[in-house]
Amino acid sequence: MAASQTALPGNAMAGILRDAALYALVTFGLCVPIIAYRTDPGPGTELVLVPRWGLVAALCAAIFVARIVQRLVLLRRDARRALTPSPAQATEAVHGEPDAGQKTSKVGLSLFIAVALTLPMIAALATGGLSSARYWIDLGILILTYVMLGWGLNIVVGLAGLLDLGYVAFYAVGAYSYALLSTTFGLSFWVCLPLAGLFAGLWGMILGFPVLRLRGDYLAIVTLAFGEIIRLVLINWTDVTGGGAGISSIPRATFFGIPFTAGDNGFAATFGIPYDSMHRLVFLYYLILALALITNFVTLRLRRLPIGRAWEALREDEIACRSLGINTTATKLTAFALGAAFGGFAGSFFAVRQGFISPESFNFLESAIILAIVVLGGMGSQVGVAIAAVAMVGGPEMLRNLGFLKAVFGEGFDPNEYRLLLFGLAMVAMMVWRPRGLISVRLPSVSLGERRAVSGAHVSEGHG
Amino acid sequence: MATHPDTRATATPPVLTVEHLTMRFGGLVAVSDLSFQARRGDITALIGPNGAGKTTVFNCITGFYKPTEGMLTLAHADGTTHLLERLPNHEVNRTARVARTFQNIRLFQGMTVLENLLVAQHKPLMRASGYTILGLLGLKGFRDAQDAAIERAKAWLTRIDLMKRADDPAGALPYGAQRRLEIARAMCTDPVLLCLDEPAAGLNPRESAELNGLLRHIRDEHDTSVLLIEHDMSVVMEISDHVVVLDYGQKIADGTPAEVRSDPRVIAAYLGVEDEEVEAVEAEVGISVPHGDDAHTGAPA
Amino acid sequence: MSVAGINVLVEETRAIQAGQRPPLLALRDVSTYYGSIAALRGVDLDVAEGEIVTLIGANGAGKSTLMMTIFGSPQARSGTITYDGRDITRLPTHAIARLGIAQSPEGRRVFPRMSVYENLQMGAALHDGRFFAEDLEKVCALFPRVKERLNQRAGTMSGGEQQMLAIARALMSRPRLLLLDEPSLGLAPLVVKGIFDAIRELNRTDGMTIFLVEQNAYHALKLAHRGYVLVNGRVTMSGTGRALLDDPNVQAAYLEGGHAGPVGA
Repeated sequence: MAASQTALPGNAMAGILRDAALYALVTFGLCVPIIAYRTDPGPGTELVLVPRWGLVAALCAAIFVARIVQRLVLLRRDARRALTPSPAQATEAVHGEPDAGQKTSKVGLSLFIAVALTLPMIAALATGGLSSARYWIDLGILILTYVMLGWGLNIVVGLAGLLDLGYVAFYAVGAYSYALLSTTFGLSFWVCLPLAGLFAGLWGMILGFPVLRLRGDYLAIVTLAFGEIIRLVLINWTDVTGGGAGISSIPRATFFGIPFTAGDNGFAATFGIPYDSMHRLVFLYYLILALALITNFVTLRLRRLPIGRAWEALREDEIACRSLGINTTATKLTAFALGAAFGGFAGSFFAVRQGFISPESFNFLESAIILAIVVLGGMGSQVGVAIAAVAMVGGPEMLRNLGFLKAVFGEGFDPNEYRLLLFGLAMVAMMVWRPRGLISVRLPSVSLGERRAVSGAHVSEGHG
Repeated sequence: MATHPDTRATATPPVLTVEHLTMRFGGLVAVSDLSFQARRGDITALIGPNGAGKTTVFNCITGFYKPTEGMLTLAHADGTTHLLERLPNHEVNRTARVARTFQNIRLFQGMTVLENLLVAQHKPLMRASGYTILGLLGLKGFRDAQDAAIERAKAWLTRIDLMKRADDPAGALPYGAQRRLEIARAMCTDPVLLCLDEPAAGLNPRESAELNGLLRHIRDEHDTSVLLIEHDMSVVMEISDHVVVLDYGQKIADGTPAEVRSDPRVIAAYLGVEDEEVEAVEAEVGISVPHGDDAHTGAPA
Repeated sequence: MSVAGINVLVEETRAIQAGQRPPLLALRDVSTYYGSIAALRGVDLDVAEGEIVTLIGANGAGKSTLMMTIFGSPQARSGTITYDGRDITRLPTHAIARLGIAQSPEGRRVFPRMSVYENLQMGAALHDGRFFAEDLEKVCALFPRVKERLNQRAGTMSGGEQQMLAIARALMSRPRLLLLDEPSLGLAPLVVKGIFDAIRELNRTDGMTIFLVEQNAYHALKLAHRGYVLVNGRVTMSGTGRALLDDPNVQAAYLEGGHAGPVGA
């Protein structure tokens, strides 16, 4: 044992060096087309190539060293683990991450709700006034919209295991439902909100019926196509939807009938407080917060009902479900329709907040972001989705504020331009270190003793 | 090994009647004109060589395949009958009350043992939850139904000796326990006929013996008849009341375990010669010089 | 000459061999983990060239993990595995297969959408199909069922037939060391006998070294030259197949309750 340990480094070191050299070579290959030459505008109209081989060499060297360090760290960690065997037995229960996940979930959710409830106050206090807090409240609304969309999609993808790449279609149906109903029939937001959810849910059913016989990749492709079809219909059906120009001057939200105007029958006058244009924004903030929390509450509740358990069972094994008398088509449809309905609610909120909608807001990238939020958060985990939404939507916003980077990289550096690059890096990092998402454990819906989380290793991700 | 008097077959109608069942996949005939009956309260075994069509018969009975031809009649104790080949897949369990297990265990691995047993009680719980709407409001009726479902699950967990693992994920259980859990889950759907596809596969002799006990309990204490596919003769011969033997999709024998075991056709197609005879053959082969030019190994010569 | 007599003879040959050269496969202090859970804990095990060695143990004892660890998937976290004098502990699975080790894994793992014939071709890929025709004839003789189904997609065969195909595919690579994980699983009694006879035959005539895991401990121990007992990831007992068969502890734990065979219970 000792002999093999001391003999290892010589042999292993050669392997590590070879490995690191390979990494450096790949880096070199990638660098040649991307970094080796820069095109600068020349004296005339032509471009001048500026070679940057020094930079390429530096990058390759950096990767080489980083890989060696990584390998050595891993080697040491493996050796340490091997020397301290775990007391757990092979035949003992595999609880995975026992109570850690559960506690994080509980504490995380309360913390999230607490911060969310008080955000306008905190922002106002920190920035010294409600109007100067506008940016933060706007950001809060944006994040909460995605939290709600994430939670809605989580029913379909996380619980029922159906990969839906066209979720934005239902978001669009919701938004256009409100926009059209309010502009043509003059219905108020509070009437339109349930109708928008209903329409979106209905569309979910209509789409779901033929499509849910498909599985896995095929389901993903068809839902993707459905998302695009809705968008194209919105663009081309100009008589109704206004085409690419969209629908503008959508009625603003009212405080249950009382408009947020400076007039005598406005919100401020009714409640006897000085008028502030921010009131409307704060109201919208609490509105989306309430909608999101309702989504969360309903989902958590449903998980403990037979239908929720059937969704999860469906994700785990559809054939077994059928052998137990569960109508899998109906079960899938309810998941699809309910997820779509929440998307519709979020959509009508989007329309009332923006006051203007166009098909451009509902492109595939939106679907991809919502799906990424669900996957990064950990499929099926409510807290994970919330955290992922904050990171995915809030993160890029933060980049705008990293002005100090200009001091490091020079005046021409705009961190916002590297947004997608950092996005990609974060995704890769997640897939390497937490391939099952931020919160990969699953809480059982019912238990005899203490509720212990189920390790993600056992939980299936569904096959569509 | 209970052999029933002949009167019994006429006294109670069979729980399952398979008539002229044929299943073709393209040009391949997996089951051809098969007819047999499973009597109520019996354990009926379906045995035969690999690829004889046993699992195909199961898939037809449980609604996973639509038979090309033939009729599958399931009779409940109250006299109502169901034509299984006409029911959609999940309705075979829901209304005809036929439950099954799978050759390669299909548990909900990421759900706990208890949850697995509750999913099986989907139908009564769904009704009690007012198809979700009442359940969403948390009404008492649903909570009572859920408690009853948990009690039922607990009774089965005690029976299969998994009470302590109730809150563990099903995927973390050892193989033998997963087999037992799958049977308990099927039983939680309150079936009239329980179809088990190789329940003893991968079990060691001790676990097989425990399985025998469990199946006898199901037959004797519940209103459930059992139909099983099995290759482990220690299970088939000890607990079944009636054995049907298939080969190439056709029935080659049908009778009590004793009758079937001594049937020369079954021996030729399936069972092979008795162990003592094998011993003799082994000894013979053992002393014969190995043919082949490279006997360089540790083989005795 | 009795079977027992032959076993003694085999043991003597083996003892002589053991002194002469190192074992073909040797595991030294091998531990394997799934996350933080130990599946194997300090396993020592030898398989000499030309031997049939069996591993018995309860469900969940780590038998399949041991099989897979030899194949480098998962890799052992500590300890060494040597094959033919070469350290293979850190080799990737495909490199291990190229050294002449084949496996019929747990759960069959045939290529479901390829035909039976193509599955067998995949098995023979290591030798570029040089011995394909000859070996095909051999495995078809061993499993007539496989021969009947050559043009069928493997996924449409019954479970037992897939099991036969998995073993046949492993044989197509002409392995020097064959690892079999529960070869008898789901097979009809007649086929089980055929497989055990085939294992014996491959060992005798081709000199193939065979390491098998079996739930059917009685048959496996009768067939094997030597056996190991695995309990909770540790080897607790080893000896000749006959000695383990006669051991009262082994009888109580793994043999009683079912096919007792001639072993007194």
